[in-house]
Amino acid sequence: MSTLTIAKAINEGLRRVLEDDPDTLLMGEDIGDLGGVYRVTEGLKAEFGADRVVDTPLAESGIVGTAVGLALRGYKPVCEIQFDGFVFPGFNQITTQLAKIHARSEGQLSAGVVIRIPYGGGIGSIEHHSESPEALFAHTAGLRIITPSNPHDAYWMIQEAVACPDPVIVFEPKRRYWLKGEVDTGSPGRGAFEAQVLREGNDATLVAYGPLVPVALAAAEAAAQDGGSIEVIDLRSLSPVDFDTVNASVQKTGRLLIAHEAPTFGGLGGEIAARISERSFYSLQSPVIRVGGFHLPYPVARVEEHYLPDIDRVLEAFDRAMAY
Amino acid sequence: MVQLLAPDGSRGQDPRFDAYAQALSPETLRGFYRDMALARRFDQEATALQRQGELALWVPAIGQEAAQVGSARAGASQDYFFPTYREHAIAMIRGIGPEKLLKLFRGVSHGGWNPKEHGFHLYTLVLAAQTLHAVGYAMGIQRDQAKSAQAGADSGSQQEPAAVIAYFGDGASSEGDVHESMVFAASFKAPVVFFCQNNQWAISVPFEVQSKVPLANRAAGYGFPGIRVDGNDVLAVHAVTSWALEQARADAGPVLIEAVTYRLGAHTTADDPTKYRGSAEEQLWAGRDPLPRLEKLLRAEGSADDEFFAQLTADGEALATSVRAAVLAMEMPDIRSSFAHVYAEQHPLVAEELAWWEQYEAGFESEGVQK
Repeated sequence: MSTLTIAKAINEGLRRVLEDDPDTLLMGEDIGDLGGVYRVTEGLKAEFGADRVVDTPLAESGIVGTAVGLALRGYKPVCEIQFDGFVFPGFNQITTQLAKIHARSEGQLSAGVVIRIPYGGGIGSIEHHSESPEALFAHTAGLRIITPSNPHDAYWMIQEAVACPDPVIVFEPKRRYWLKGEVDTGSPGRGAFEAQVLREGNDATLVAYGPLVPVALAAAEAAAQDGGSIEVIDLRSLSPVDFDTVNASVQKTGRLLIAHEAPTFGGLGGEIAARISERSFYSLQSPVIRVGGFHLPYPVARVEEHYLPDIDRVLEAFDRAMAY
Repeated sequence: MVQLLAPDGSRGQDPRFDAYAQALSPETLRGFYRDMALARRFDQEATALQRQGELALWVPAIGQEAAQVGSARAGASQDYFFPTYREHAIAMIRGIGPEKLLKLFRGVSHGGWNPKEHGFHLYTLVLAAQTLHAVGYAMGIQRDQAKSAQAGADSGSQQEPAAVIAYFGDGASSEGDVHESMVFAASFKAPVVFFCQNNQWAISVPFEVQSKVPLANRAAGYGFPGIRVDGNDVLAVHAVTSWALEQARADAGPVLIEAVTYRLGAHTTADDPTKYRGSAEEQLWAGRDPLPRLEKLLRAEGSADDEFFAQLTADGEALATSVRAAVLAMEMPDIRSSFAHVYAEQHPLVAEELAWWEQYEAGFESEGVQK
């Protein structure tokens, strides 16, 4: 057991994959001497050399596209996209190429590329530095998408992403990079593609992931003080979604709330609501309620507190659900 | 522009590349002609099959045989090719038969062959995407060579040097991925040859709209050599590609080749070139056709006679017959195969949806409903 921040936990996870397999390499802009703009790769170039921790030209399509080629040759690249809003120049390579290689080649080729994307708001930054584009990728068959919410998961999920033969996008909640927690380096606990019940409850199930998990836990705590009982699930994997865990919880509680920072329209919350409604229609005592971002470009930092779901917005949704 | 074989069949001069052409035996030259003639006959048959509704689409390469055969015959077995979607002559040279090559166009596969087996990647329909894959693959070769050198120092054996060729067209040259691939290739000195077949037209848009300068000139901006070659001259294409691959394999970095050629037919069977280009231009380029050009040389030098060409015509007809048979015999896929390969490891959503579909299908059978 050791206490680490999420950023340091990912750093340790990356160190382990670099140690374990000489065919893994990290690629991205500023990841070498600088150690990444969030210092997630700090010290790794000094330890493993410039061939293993590669500072690339500033070109997102180039980073992903060459990673695909390296993977075809048998290497295991872990790419860093510096910020969420800058992934789009690489979107074509991720969705039309990386995601489809296994299918197009009828299983003869794999490209187990890992793409790390710091995402989400709440850090007071300027435009394109605070977005949550996960649904755009979750909609694409062939990709796997995970997002840790605590240091233990961050340490293990990056390693599982590298071990996975499929392409995996790891969305890292950047405003939680400095969140500290215990990491059990001896055992991962659960698999990267499973959800986890973090807090038991009876009145409603609250699903969250990534940066909103601490918000969800705090909301459940606040509700408890008023006599409400919220079960909190950390989704952890956005593709596949562990519907079984969510469904089992909803069958117990009878209500479902979903919170994410991304705009609610077309977001993961809608997908979860639809699938759970289909599976557990007769267990639901209220409509599924989503708490998320508005249909806006991510707003300027001075007003982002009104955009980001917080404890009060989650509790308002809980009250609405309980009123049915 | 490098030219070693003029349209009238006479040999040209170029001090940098003469030696490559001089080294080719009459037998090799006959082989080049054979590759080109069979590729053209194959192409004609595929076009006919599309017109008869047997292929969903065809992408003719007629007119570009010298660019394809000359470059492909410069490659070694350990080299790796990244094609766009028109490299049929190259695919044939890399050992991919019509029963594999036409699966994509028949609509029974998104691929059709095992790239590793042939050193020839799947066709890529998204323009220029493969140029980055090629550079990444070349960076992988670099790493392999470094490992091999390390191991070889211990064991005394070393892996044979290899290189990558990335094919793209004049239209694709406008895509950002071509730029990014050249930046990466230059920065990491990747063993890659960029091979642009400038066939003058990106569907209906002429080359002048893609570039105001010869594409080969752009290489200087990235810091590696660019060569403009007569793409209808198989000797010149073979020479410059051989040189470029030697450079790449010798760790001298990337090369850009612009093969100036012309597609004599449509972009695909879905377009009509008479709507966007004039017959005078087509006639001009028909006069530069790579096949009659090499035929003239072979006859002038006594390397091939009537019997050779007659035999080749017969071989072409036999190929056409086998192409037709291969297309008609293609097995129709089961939708289950589409579910099978989305992921390398099981994905619960895919499994769930397949299970639903199986049950849905079974419902029809058990009720005896005619579909």
